[in-house]
Amino acid sequence: MPASLLAIPLLPLASFVITLLVGRRWGTRAHWLPIVAVLFSFGCALAAFFRVRSGVIINQDVYTWILSGNLVVSFGFLVDQLTAVMLIVVTSVSALVHIYSVGYMKGEEGYYRFFAYLSLFTFSMLMLVLGNNFLQLFFGWEAVGLSSYLLIGFYFNKQSAADAGKKAFIVNRFGDFGFLIGLLLVFTLFGSLHYQEVFSRVSELEMQKITLFGSQINAATLIALLLFCGAIGKSAQIPLHVWLPDAMEGPTPVSALIHAATMVTAGVFLVARCNPIFSLSPVVLNLITVLGAVTALFAATIALVQTDIKRVVAYSTVSQLAYMFIGCGVGAYSAGIFHLFTHAYFKALLFLGCGSVILGMHHEQDLRAMGGLKRQMPVTYVTFLLASLSIAGVPGLAGFFSKDEILLMAFNTDLAAGKFAWAIGTLVAFMTAFYSFRLLFLVFHGDFRGSEEQRHHLHESPPVVTWPLMLLAIGAVTAGWFGVPALLGGDNHWAHFLEPVLGHPHVQVSAATEALLMGGSILAGVCGIGLAYFLYRMRPHLPGLLAERLASVHRLLLNKYYIDELYDILLVRPALAASRKVVLGIVDLVCIEGVVNGLPRIIALVAERLRRLQDGQVSHYLAWMGGGALALAAVLLIGL
Amino acid sequence: MSMPLLSILIFFPILGGLSLLCVPRQQIATIRTMALLISLIELLLTLPLVLLFDKSTHVMQFTEHHAWIPVLRINYSLGIDGISILFLLLTALIVVLSVLVSWKAITDKIQEFFTAMLLLEGAMIGVFCATDFILFYVFWEAMLIPMFLIIGIWGGPNRIYATIKFFLYTLLGSLLMLVGIILLYQFGGRTFDILKLAGQAYSLKLQLVLFWAFFAAFAVKVPMWPVHTWLPDAHTEAPAAGSVILAAVLIKMGAYGFLRFSLPILPDATQLMTTPMLVLSVIAIVYGAIICLAQTDLKRLIAYSSVSHMGFVTLGLFALNQRGLEGSILQMINHGLVTGALFLAVGMIYERTHTREIAAYGGLASTMPVFAGFFLLFTLAAVGLPGTNGFIGEFLILLGGFESQPWSAVIAASGLILGAWYMLWLFQRIFFNEVKTGMQGLAPLDLREILTLAPMVILILWIGLYPNGLLSFLHVSVAHLLDQVHGVGLAGVALPPALAQLP
Repeated sequence: MPASLLAIPLLPLASFVITLLVGRRWGTRAHWLPIVAVLFSFGCALAAFFRVRSGVIINQDVYTWILSGNLVVSFGFLVDQLTAVMLIVVTSVSALVHIYSVGYMKGEEGYYRFFAYLSLFTFSMLMLVLGNNFLQLFFGWEAVGLSSYLLIGFYFNKQSAADAGKKAFIVNRFGDFGFLIGLLLVFTLFGSLHYQEVFSRVSELEMQKITLFGSQINAATLIALLLFCGAIGKSAQIPLHVWLPDAMEGPTPVSALIHAATMVTAGVFLVARCNPIFSLSPVVLNLITVLGAVTALFAATIALVQTDIKRVVAYSTVSQLAYMFIGCGVGAYSAGIFHLFTHAYFKALLFLGCGSVILGMHHEQDLRAMGGLKRQMPVTYVTFLLASLSIAGVPGLAGFFSKDEILLMAFNTDLAAGKFAWAIGTLVAFMTAFYSFRLLFLVFHGDFRGSEEQRHHLHESPPVVTWPLMLLAIGAVTAGWFGVPALLGGDNHWAHFLEPVLGHPHVQVSAATEALLMGGSILAGVCGIGLAYFLYRMRPHLPGLLAERLASVHRLLLNKYYIDELYDILLVRPALAASRKVVLGIVDLVCIEGVVNGLPRIIALVAERLRRLQDGQVSHYLAWMGGGALALAAVLLIGL
Repeated sequence: MSMPLLSILIFFPILGGLSLLCVPRQQIATIRTMALLISLIELLLTLPLVLLFDKSTHVMQFTEHHAWIPVLRINYSLGIDGISILFLLLTALIVVLSVLVSWKAITDKIQEFFTAMLLLEGAMIGVFCATDFILFYVFWEAMLIPMFLIIGIWGGPNRIYATIKFFLYTLLGSLLMLVGIILLYQFGGRTFDILKLAGQAYSLKLQLVLFWAFFAAFAVKVPMWPVHTWLPDAHTEAPAAGSVILAAVLIKMGAYGFLRFSLPILPDATQLMTTPMLVLSVIAIVYGAIICLAQTDLKRLIAYSSVSHMGFVTLGLFALNQRGLEGSILQMINHGLVTGALFLAVGMIYERTHTREIAAYGGLASTMPVFAGFFLLFTLAAVGLPGTNGFIGEFLILLGGFESQPWSAVIAASGLILGAWYMLWLFQRIFFNEVKTGMQGLAPLDLREILTLAPMVILILWIGLYPNGLLSFLHVSVAHLLDQVHGVGLAGVALPPALAQLP
């Protein structure tokens, strides 16, 4: 195995360990080692990518991790087309976020700690995508969860931040519960957890039926369903999406890297990686598609009304992740990964742009206090505009190509849920364009609505912040050019590149239909932008009026459909109450302890009575002796 | 004849402990240093065992055999296999760390404290080495006395209640085991040799009687649900070192007992009782975890989490397959390390704050960042994060459980959600949020404390990333144990003629 491959995850790991142990002493220079490490990692990832392009696929174990009976699990690397793409996404965005953080986190307490955690995250995410078996995937899966926990709760003295970190971890564990059982099932059926072994024998699943609650279930369906549970948690889909918006408590670079570009896409990666299993189960594919469509719509509607700049982008992330799942659900895994790729850049850019705004506004996040920032923050504005155009699906930019591919594939598929997902997806494209430009207009256009002091301090961010923005802007514009469809004169290079791993569904629709669909999605995007322009630039009093007219809907959306409150009432409180009152209060302290402490008490009581017999009165003893002798004699006589 | 290594291991700490009593009472520093040295030398003495141990055989190694009470055919016989050697290492390590954590925490009757601890060590090592049932029983009961004193003399305010509860609970179980041992002697060819007893066929009825007799002793020690209620009290009242030894080693004795006696000697009864045992295990996992959510006392919470974690151990044990058993044994070591480490850590903050009330804490990550780092790693190991030892054990157990009876693994896996919930909640309440009054200006960890915790960190990560270092000890011994349970290679083995003629 090339040493440069080992270096990809090991450099960030070394950087994490060293920075954590001695970084405190480096003070404001603590960022150097992590940045150098991730840059080298990026270089090695590029090398790995080009090796794969030249046709070299690596699948090699490093060492045996767990050995027990016939269970053999290794730490090992699989570098194929899918991994190569992920390596590029992770290391490039991570490197830019590292550099950006030098400016963003300047002067923060725990500066070295922040960079150490970033390194830990990069290592974990790379282990996740590099693994050649399910258990290493799970290792990376949980390790990114840990990094996320640490970084969300970076400002741990703030209760809301500490709560959010904990919530992210625990909500994810619900998904992991299914994931883990899925792994148990995979091992039980295949006797292995290595991708190659499992995927090469995946056809065996078709015959397998598993009895669950009295009904027969296809083994592939059950495994796919369980694995998908993990994906739902990590990628924040309904019903486990609740942790992601709260994760915005973390510093903004973290939101960009972990909670937009990379970690949250792990669920999509999981489905794509396991596509041989998922493809066997139309039931689960339909489910993924429908859930994707519903989540996309659900999150987009919430994003329409949020007033916190980061929350808008957070719900947008949930919605875009759902797009990726639609892609995977309709069997077009490469389209899903394509959107993952383009989204990584434009969404990271959006978040980092938000961060730049937050810096300029001195940690103000309320949209209502912003406005007209484009004059003071021109670089941030232009890059933010490009990202918004990209996510809105304006032709030629990255988001357009990937989103279009997904919608086309949804329309194209024979799957029952396909047309439904296509319709919802197009509607959501409209909403996406609308809320993205609502955000843009509220932040950068119009009059400034903040305090005098804020106005006075408004400034463009330093170059260490703006340079990453500009570099990401290149990605947000060009990332889609790898997958230009034939209709527009391209050859869909992307899909062909990934085809050996992900396959590629046959396109049945005619070129005319394809053009019509494309026109539809362009129209949706343009209408969204137009409506935002109309409401927030031409008639700025209208949104307020609308909110008043539709007060109940507005409140419902503003409160995120009250899902958090629902979970609190249905899950958290009953669990805590049951714990305190029933399990501890009644079963443990009353029932079990009652017996434990009651038994000695009964013995003591009986002993107390018996003790009274020995009262020291000779006459009493004589009476007992006489009585006893008589009784004995009686027994003997009767016995005889 | 080679060195009686095991006897040395047993009696060195006992003699060392007694020699402490000869040191003049006021020379506190000498007493502490001597105790540390004795425990360290004991740890070093386990090194030859590791180096000379032959992993390729299940046969007892380093055996010693002397007639003890010939009239009753009681022998002084020792020996270890791949299972017991791990427990020896764990015990020797834990005692060193317990001495270190008691350095300043124990201020009264220091001499007696360390003597009790070293005597306890000798007895614990004896339990893991004994291959004669009576010898085993002697060590088993001998452990009780020093522990009884450690809780009862150096414990918290409610120590008398706790220690008597602990004593009576365990004694009651042990007495039933003694009855079982005598029964075995009667029906097993009049021998107390554990290996010989295991090679014989007993009627199912007898096996069942014996199974429940042993169950009484072992289940209390584990502790399995519902005979667990002595544990929270004992843990809460015991001094830090007492809690550490209790959690790390003493409660492993129960599971070890199942492994050493119930499984090989009573294979049919064990197999018949698998389902009830799995049910009890699963209840313990979920029940212990749910109760943790309601705890307001730091040590009580960790004590109940032990109930939950030991549920995993018994689950793997009664899965009766290679992965389940190996996972179970590994998890015992893991739990010893992780919960031991948690109690060490709790002891350290208790010395500074003198409160076990979780609500009194807050923001310690600001005031004691290094300590927070240690505690976080222990927390993560406790919730079974991959990369830590906790994951390997739990994963193997779940796999074993799943292969045996899928429902058990599915329910048990829910313990992972609850575990994350109560542990991270605990971590948040102690280390995150605003710094509470009274939590400012706490002394950072000193070198002794860091040296106490550091070995745990290394072991947690080492086992998490390279569990084969330990698992390789187990493969052959566990495979042999499973052969005994499932009757492979032993079916039809009749009593040797000489034994069969005995009355």
